[in-house]
Amino acid sequence: MSIDVSNIRKQFPTLSADAGMVYLDTAATSLTPEPVLAAMDRYYRTYRANTHRGLYRSAEQATDAYEMARKKVASCIGAAPGEVVFTGGATAASNMLVYGLEQTLDLTEGDEVVTTVLEHHAMLLPVLELARRKKLVVKYAQLSEGFSVDLDDLRSLVSERTKIIAVTAASNVTGRMVDSVPGVEQAVVIRDVTARIGHMPVRIQDLGADFAFFSGHKMCGPTGIGVLYGREDLLKRLQPGFFGGGMVDDVTLDKARWCDGVERFEAGSQNIAGAIGLGAAVDFLEHLGLDAVHTHVRKLADYAFSVLGAIDGVTLYAAPSVQNVGIVSFTLDSVHPHDVAQVCADAGVAVRAGHHCALPLHKELGLSATVRASLYVFNTTEDIDALGAAVVRAHALFAAH
Amino acid sequence: MDTSLYQARILDHAQHPRHKEELPDPTVSLPAKNSACGDSYIVYLNVEDGIIKNASFTGIGCVISQAAASLLTDMLIGMTVDDARTVTEEKVRTLLGIPLTRNIEKCALLVWRGFTEALKKL
Repeated sequence: MSIDVSNIRKQFPTLSADAGMVYLDTAATSLTPEPVLAAMDRYYRTYRANTHRGLYRSAEQATDAYEMARKKVASCIGAAPGEVVFTGGATAASNMLVYGLEQTLDLTEGDEVVTTVLEHHAMLLPVLELARRKKLVVKYAQLSEGFSVDLDDLRSLVSERTKIIAVTAASNVTGRMVDSVPGVEQAVVIRDVTARIGHMPVRIQDLGADFAFFSGHKMCGPTGIGVLYGREDLLKRLQPGFFGGGMVDDVTLDKARWCDGVERFEAGSQNIAGAIGLGAAVDFLEHLGLDAVHTHVRKLADYAFSVLGAIDGVTLYAAPSVQNVGIVSFTLDSVHPHDVAQVCADAGVAVRAGHHCALPLHKELGLSATVRASLYVFNTTEDIDALGAAVVRAHALFAAH
Repeated sequence: MDTSLYQARILDHAQHPRHKEELPDPTVSLPAKNSACGDSYIVYLNVEDGIIKNASFTGIGCVISQAAASLLTDMLIGMTVDDARTVTEEKVRTLLGIPLTRNIEKCALLVWRGFTEALKKL
């Protein structure tokens, strides 16, 4: 089963609006297809109301649509709706989770966190801040070949003092998939699924996740919406970290009693359109088939390896396609990544230059920055050809002669 | 006249930068970094009797940041400290003479910001 790219491209309005643009920056944010826009627009135009509050028709409809979106997202990752919390994005989810764990876990000085240098700052920084506040020891598992995590090393770092194991499910720089990680009874396993979800099938239990998080906007969804997944029994015990309306059973002048269930973590009015849009994005991707999506981006990654690999001075920093979610980073000898990206931009090719919010990984690789091309459902081999041509031009323009 | 970003003058200063060297005994030296882009420099000033005898930089960065560093150090050498303090962002933009979008201006102004901070320490 394969995807019909030329038909799919018609569903992305920005590709028609900006005809010459080659968009290879899905790892920063994906483009948004018409069905997602239409679903959000329908909410705003025909049943605009708040959720879980009103008794009138549009309020009921808004609540139904919001909860239906929750069901769709849950089903997409093989979870129950009661395990899916809508948040403002992956970073919001990660911060809320770590704050909640700080209140819930019995953390003492010298307890340990095991993580990796592959992590995006959204996972790493809340954990580092927690470690600083609670005087925890942070240990990093080594990289293995193909930019993966050395799972034997990770296992060896876990001790009876380990309370949190935080490992990405895919690198946003090298595209490397990291599947299940070993857990231990006393430690909570957190997976950052952001780069992986919507690019391949995801079954959250297969990743060994007690908690996980991701953004909607890197998987055809709108900006400003994301998900915190928590295993049912653990989510029940997690303390909320964000307080306001809609999350309480009772409030007196000196205390409040939180709701049971996921409402506990959804204080205040939610990004209703965003959740509905995310549900529509799930529909869109499941209609294409997530296996087919993964096959498509892996084929493109292979093509990118052959095109870029043939250019003098290019060094690739990308996992082999069979273990890649569709991200290819690279450097060009004697040319700063920012200049490569600028030449690409001038040619209408959108890529990203910098550390991609993964500074420890870049330091580990001895790099200050890389150029990153990320592939998705609307990309073609012609897009890769355009990237290759721009990189050749950058080489001709700047490389030391 | 070529008004594009990578005009010949900019490329020349980037590929053959003036004053790209460490000063052995600087009056002041400071880092100037833009970690989002990967530009990382150190700026150096040698000042005697209120005059900038030497200005230089070391480090790596994109063409625009390196060209700006080269042009700026050329301009600063021989200036009084008081005059150097009047080199505004606007003057640096004029010196570069290229279109600066929001993303590029951080690189273009990076070393100027470093020298501005260094001049405050005198």
